[in-house]
Amino acid sequence: MLDDFLVRALLAGFGVALIAGPLGCLVVWRRMAYLGDSLAHSALLGIALGLLLDLDTTLAIVIAGLAFAVLLVGLQQQRQLATDTLLGLLAHSGLAIGLVVLSFAETLRVDLMGYLFGDVLAVRAGDLAWIWGGGAVLLAALVRLWRPLLLATIQEEMARAEGLPVLALRFGLTVLLALTVALAMKVVGILLITSLLIVPAAAARPLARSPEAMALVAAGLGCLAVAGGIGGSWFADTPTGPSIVVAALLLFLVTQAAAAARHRLPRRASPG
Amino acid sequence: MTEGGVTEGGVTGGGVTGILARAEGIAVSFAGRRVLQDVDFLLRRGEIVSLIGPNGAGKSTLVKVLLGLLRPERGRVERAPGLKVGYVPQRLSVDPTLPLTVAGFLSLPDRRPEAQRRQALAEVGVPQLWGAQVHELSGGELQRVMLARAILRGSDLLVLDEPASSVDVAGQAELFELIARVRDRRHCGILLVSHDLHVVMAGADRVVCLNRHVCCTGSPEAVGLDPAFAELFGSSARVLGLYHHHHDHRHDLAGEAEGQATGTEG
Repeated sequence: MLDDFLVRALLAGFGVALIAGPLGCLVVWRRMAYLGDSLAHSALLGIALGLLLDLDTTLAIVIAGLAFAVLLVGLQQQRQLATDTLLGLLAHSGLAIGLVVLSFAETLRVDLMGYLFGDVLAVRAGDLAWIWGGGAVLLAALVRLWRPLLLATIQEEMARAEGLPVLALRFGLTVLLALTVALAMKVVGILLITSLLIVPAAAARPLARSPEAMALVAAGLGCLAVAGGIGGSWFADTPTGPSIVVAALLLFLVTQAAAAARHRLPRRASPG
Repeated sequence: MTEGGVTEGGVTGGGVTGILARAEGIAVSFAGRRVLQDVDFLLRRGEIVSLIGPNGAGKSTLVKVLLGLLRPERGRVERAPGLKVGYVPQRLSVDPTLPLTVAGFLSLPDRRPEAQRRQALAEVGVPQLWGAQVHELSGGELQRVMLARAILRGSDLLVLDEPASSVDVAGQAELFELIARVRDRRHCGILLVSHDLHVVMAGADRVVCLNRHVCCTGSPEAVGLDPAFAELFGSSARVLGLYHHHHDHRHDLAGEAEGQATGTEG
């Protein structure tokens, strides 16, 4: 039978994939992939501070992510620097300060590789509780905000004119993203988190005719990628986090190829 | 064409009934630069008002003030209690990675029963677009679909931003007929915002010509004859209606446009 740690790894991966899929769709539609990266980078600062202050790592990442979200949305209100500049500024200073802080804490043995690439096979029951409990809360919040977020994604001006709290929505989405990054850290690590958001969503696109369908398919494909990646890593003895991302990439290639083939067979008059 | 009760004098006190939004003595500055100066504005239920003015005239600023999205430096704004606004922007930025049918779009941000959605689509003349993908619609189709969504919300006030910009001349005439029909059926107020004077004037009950201040206001015919209007839009602005004539914005945006009719007197 399956070993316990494999079961835990699968459960952790599924939990993350279920929230990362739908949220990743919004990230793709709003073209904010860079934000996911930035949040992940700043998470290293959270880890460093958490170690210094002796906080639970996940909690420390959550706090760092929230601080990042507040800072970012606040800074976006000024019009001097564009958002991508702000993101680069915050993300890389977060990463750099995190590394500097870690170097001060020499006495602590830090598994930096584990944070950068994830260590899903080392997931404990407590981590699972975080992932599934937190994931359920995040998913519930996302469902609640879904339609207003969609409208604000399509036309922010329209949403604002019709009385939607656009700024609060943007902040809410950033917070959801920050928390998802915190949950996903164990599974794929800081460097690969964005791929868990983006790749299943992109792979789901050709299979969906509505936003909700795309979100569900992305969640499903994310779970498939987790299973494939962990399975592949088990048999081929490859690093697990990167294997999950490779599996997701393969799924993306398959759906793209299928979509291309489907378009070619019945000749359509319309371009694209 | 013009509805009864609309006088060419424009906003004078306003009727007691059916006022959707009223602004008085509005002044707004951005970074020390005056964008709006002493602007009065009134919109009643059942009225189609065209707000026209060149780029940079403060039109969208005034709309934001009216909708309560921007607090004016000076002046008073009143809105009917619980005013429901439907906003029809120039275009949507639906990313091709976002699969969204017209039917789904009509349920944003609130879910609507299918029967209501189909009826709204039929009302704007595009029932066949129900299952179409939003990012594949033409400009004119998109305008109608957005209009359907706006009326579906039960809006008291429809704000259309540059409604004529994405349709050709023939399509514009149809669009404005449609807008007038929507007004008649739903009895809402409609505010058309445009920098393009040619078309928005035709079907309006009242035209407000803005260039940081209200240059002139009244029925389309009256405004067309106003020297201030000719000054603002150039002498070719005499020709009203659905013609496309080319004017160069030769007036100085920084200058006061009022009263100095150096062009033709119409």
